[in-house]
Amino acid sequence: MKNTVGHPLKKYFRGEINYTTCSGCGNGIISQSILRAIDEIAIIFDQIAFVSGIGCSGWIPSPSFNTDVLHVTHGRSIAFATGLKLAAPQMKVIVCAGDGDTGAIGGNHFIHAARRNIDLTVVCVNNGIFGMTGGQVAPTTPYNSVTTTTPYGSIERPFDLSNLAIAAGATFVARWTTYHARSLKNSIKKAIEHKGFSFIEVISQCPVQYGKVIGMRNDPVSMLMHYKECAVNINKAKNMSADELKDKIIVGELVEKKNIPELTDEIKRLRREASRK
Amino acid sequence: MKNKKNIERKTDFIQGNIACAEGAIAAGCNFFAGYPITPASEIAHYMSRKMFEVEGTFIQTEDELAAIANIVGASWGGNKSMTATSGPGISLMLENIGLAVVTETPCVIVNVQRGGPSTGSPSVAFQGDMLQPKFGSHGEYQIIALAPSSPQEMFDFTVEAFNKAEKYRIPVFILADSLIGHMRERVDFPLDDEIILEERKKLKNYQGIHQKIFLDENVAPMPIFGEGLKANITGSTHKEDGFRNVSDPKIMDTAIKRLSNKILKHKEDIIAVEEKYLEDAEVAIFSYGLVYRAVLETVNIARNQGLKVGSFRPITIWPFPQEQVEELSKKVKTIIVCENNLGQIYPFVKAAANGNAKIIFLPPKILGALYKQEEILNKIKEVIS
Repeated sequence: MKNTVGHPLKKYFRGEINYTTCSGCGNGIISQSILRAIDEIAIIFDQIAFVSGIGCSGWIPSPSFNTDVLHVTHGRSIAFATGLKLAAPQMKVIVCAGDGDTGAIGGNHFIHAARRNIDLTVVCVNNGIFGMTGGQVAPTTPYNSVTTTTPYGSIERPFDLSNLAIAAGATFVARWTTYHARSLKNSIKKAIEHKGFSFIEVISQCPVQYGKVIGMRNDPVSMLMHYKECAVNINKAKNMSADELKDKIIVGELVEKKNIPELTDEIKRLRREASRK
Repeated sequence: MKNKKNIERKTDFIQGNIACAEGAIAAGCNFFAGYPITPASEIAHYMSRKMFEVEGTFIQTEDELAAIANIVGASWGGNKSMTATSGPGISLMLENIGLAVVTETPCVIVNVQRGGPSTGSPSVAFQGDMLQPKFGSHGEYQIIALAPSSPQEMFDFTVEAFNKAEKYRIPVFILADSLIGHMRERVDFPLDDEIILEERKKLKNYQGIHQKIFLDENVAPMPIFGEGLKANITGSTHKEDGFRNVSDPKIMDTAIKRLSNKILKHKEDIIAVEEKYLEDAEVAIFSYGLVYRAVLETVNIARNQGLKVGSFRPITIWPFPQEQVEELSKKVKTIIVCENNLGQIYPFVKAAANGNAKIIFLPPKILGALYKQEEILNKIKEVIS
């Protein structure tokens, strides 16, 4: 007799649609981490909305996750999510964005959402490249990388998106790689439950496009092992020199601030004040 | 004003921009997002106070791209939302306006036009952005745009803009200009029970992953977020259920045609025009917005002098009142098009007239300085003699 075992996360999928990502993409690990976090919090899925932009990361929730999903223009997902959260503050709003969405075209929305401390969770898939459009340099690509638009090597220094979030005032910031699936899940859980702007940066493999840049083309396993070797936990990194940290990926929960006023709460306060006048 | 029942008739002497904000509140607007810009800022000033009084939300966004994104997001959260800006702001919003069209999102966008291109002349009245709502965003789409000519109409048309946005699930434009926005004039506020409000058709229950929430020429019901309706919304080409298909031209063809027909098949309900003295007119003057005020006064004077001239004024600029202009072209010998620009709507009048009448374009001598009465009157006399 054939035993069939249902995938524990299947209930969260809209169904009748296949994932469109390349084999070996980090999106699958990140999707699972998000859904496992939600499963463990035991929050009603209908109370969560997903907003995503353009790029491979946009396809994590859209159309696969079977709840309210708004798939918008490139880089603007945080701005659409801001309007949605302000109109429906009872909802948990999760943004799935890429490093292009967050660090390039939508950088302004990113820093301002952090500054406002609006209760959104942004999961940023950072694969260090523009994957969908053919492997062009991104604001996160390491210096001197050869990409389809930097044939002589890239001459710009990359953004550290987590540090950018921290500097802009994000009240929960964590960074992991797709190698650290369980830690990632735990931090997403904390981020969803955190009241305020939370930012999760996931260093993720793009074996097709970024794999080429570092000589690991179509070799996701080597890329994951590379993450394992490069990753240094923030607790350990605190006692290491800049030289020792060169080419390392600092992972862990980088910031957690409580009791900072959150935007939708502030708006409720203004409504109360306006009604008293 | 929405909170307290209006049982006494109220009249005020206010700026067009304030009348616009009051109209929005009367229409039930409870979300405003915007970025400061001359000559539209007064709307934001007013809303930053009033929105909280009606349990609503005001947010000053980081830029205009965020303003339009915020109002679209808020609309999916169930709010009636609006932004107000000027030409440079609209230029920044255009990509997301396309997203609002294709996701069939009700919202209102006010453009208090100023001189352009680029930074231009921020406080000079100009009708320079007339084509922008219809053709500014990429692709093929229909839009609704109304052109008020007084503070009273800033109030009335803003109510109407919300009604049409809700009814047809589409962004609706108010195309004012700096003089209409800053002009102070008497505004009569209707009583609450005199304001007829349209509300969007909402999806009531979740009907499975293939529920029909888009691309109905008679407007599909909208699944508001947070109500367990599992809305599947994307700016990619999609089918009635929201599932994306970006490779099949037939699906794109259906999507574009239905989206357009949703507006074009209801032109009779959407389009409003105002006709004066056209019964026996030989000449009609076509004008809208601020220019219409000068034209109407000139036409009155011309009539007093026995000249057979009338006025045709589109209230709805988009969709363009093609049939109404065609009809007009069969009644009169000449149509003089007066616009405070170098002829943006003129080609549409000419195309609609299709050779039935002579179409003359008469811009003001100095753009932004508007017409001297003789400019229009002399042209009428020249044409009639």
